[in-house]
Amino acid sequence: MINFSHVTKKFGDYAAVADLSLTVEPQAAVALWGPNGAGKTTVIKCLLGLLKYKGSIAVNDFDVQKQGRQARGQIGYVPQAQSFYNDMGTLELTRYFGQLKRAPAQQPAELLEQVGLAEHLDKKVGALSGGMKQRLAVALALLGDPPVIVMDEPTSNLDAGARDALLQLLANVKAAGKTIVFTSHRLEEIETLADRVLVMDRGQVRLTCTAAELPKRLGWRSQVKLRVPAASLDTALTVLQDDGFTVRRNGVGVIVDVAHGDKARPIHALSAADICVVDFVHLSDVEAE
Amino acid sequence: MSIRTIWIIAQKEMRDALHNRWFVLYTIAFVGLALAFSYMALAGAGISGFAGFGRTAASLINLVLLIVPLMALTIGAQSLAGEQEHGTLAYLLAQPVTRLEVFAGKYLGLMLCLLASLTLGFGIAGLVMAANGGGASNPLSYVRLVWQTFLLSLTMLSAGFLISALTKRAGVAIGIGLFLWLAFVFLGDLGLMGTAIAMRMPVGELFLLSLSNPLQVFKMASILEINTSLDILGPAGIYALQEYGRSLRWLFLAVLALWIVAPAAFAYLRFANRSDL
Repeated sequence: MINFSHVTKKFGDYAAVADLSLTVEPQAAVALWGPNGAGKTTVIKCLLGLLKYKGSIAVNDFDVQKQGRQARGQIGYVPQAQSFYNDMGTLELTRYFGQLKRAPAQQPAELLEQVGLAEHLDKKVGALSGGMKQRLAVALALLGDPPVIVMDEPTSNLDAGARDALLQLLANVKAAGKTIVFTSHRLEEIETLADRVLVMDRGQVRLTCTAAELPKRLGWRSQVKLRVPAASLDTALTVLQDDGFTVRRNGVGVIVDVAHGDKARPIHALSAADICVVDFVHLSDVEAE
Repeated sequence: MSIRTIWIIAQKEMRDALHNRWFVLYTIAFVGLALAFSYMALAGAGISGFAGFGRTAASLINLVLLIVPLMALTIGAQSLAGEQEHGTLAYLLAQPVTRLEVFAGKYLGLMLCLLASLTLGFGIAGLVMAANGGGASNPLSYVRLVWQTFLLSLTMLSAGFLISALTKRAGVAIGIGLFLWLAFVFLGDLGLMGTAIAMRMPVGELFLLSLSNPLQVFKMASILEINTSLDILGPAGIYALQEYGRSLRWLFLAVLALWIVAPAAFAYLRFANRSDL
């Protein structure tokens, strides 16, 4: 269990984290959500004992500031930036951190195989791709089998393919019963991993909800572009407006504003009016102010 | 504090030092020049071949004064700042380790590398001299020079660590280290002479001022071991020997020890309280 009690971290007069109290139950997965500067990464750094703060944080009853080594012994950390020793071999690096975490001697090779890096054991860390490095970070975090995994924007620097592979890996980590605390900007990540989401802004938790509730609670909207035959364009605009959509014409299609999670509804509306939708593009998700 | 953790970090530091081209270059230069100096020392006496240990020790003092501080300052300056710049320090500190263990491990690793490098240089030069009959002269003075060089290297390593703990970038840390080296090696001598002349400084104060530079202390201690007198240093040297007598050797040792411990302690305190990782 992780317990934050009245944690405040100030940089000068600016409170990056302001009086944060929070309990994360064993095997729960909690996401910290918020814009840049909301204080998410500062919370993670406080949890790892990298920053000094007021208040207290305990990880499985070990106080982070007074029993730092024991508290960090409960945690596996996946950083945002892949800051490893690039001149070391993959297995060599994993063995080094395995020694520091007192992991069984065979565990480094086993974990590298588990995260799909068995063919890259001798490759220099600097020569690994971004996705591979992040999988390496997960392997390093699992060394010593810590009960808590802490991740700071784990998929932020990855392309779509690498992101999907890593999310699958992290879903397996969650299924193994780890307690997870992570920061994220991505809804997909939150939906896959989080049981609970804390929406942070200016160092404070503004909202707590489930992953499924998040888009609605944040008032998110999506924009989709629908392409229809040129002869049906005017009719399509009328049908969608009559159905209550905010819609505008755009070249050979229409751009429709829909509630998050409701992107198929304008397609159904047009189909019901016998208008064929030729193509469909999701343009953006827009967070309400 | 876990000795095991310190040793794991120290081993990693030694591995890194062997991959550090500057460190390897300094070691090669030191070994090569130590050999060359031992040869030239006897040539200076008008006899070709290798010099005895005493004469070689005297000639090696100048080599040590130039290379060893440069070597120790630059590797010390890179230690913490380099890791912080690459972002690896924060990741290391997020592991189940304490800052004292990280600091001690890094210091121990670099210390062992430095001592190994110096032992290699002095060892090869010593073996060659012994093989060429140099052992007939005074090998003890040579051993004492090696011991004092170890101490000098640690004073500069500590100073390098202090620089590293005060900066965030390896380039800046190395720049400050080079300036400090320049100040100790060249400006120290000139500054002492200039201050003594301009302020008409009494000889006792001049001696005390010279103790503020660990290189001067090393030089005086080494000359004392070889010569058993400091006449060569002029009035300040004569004054020091008359004033402190037999305890002068211990005074030099104490000053060098202070130069090892104090900067290292300040460096650790700064490192332990850093929160800009």
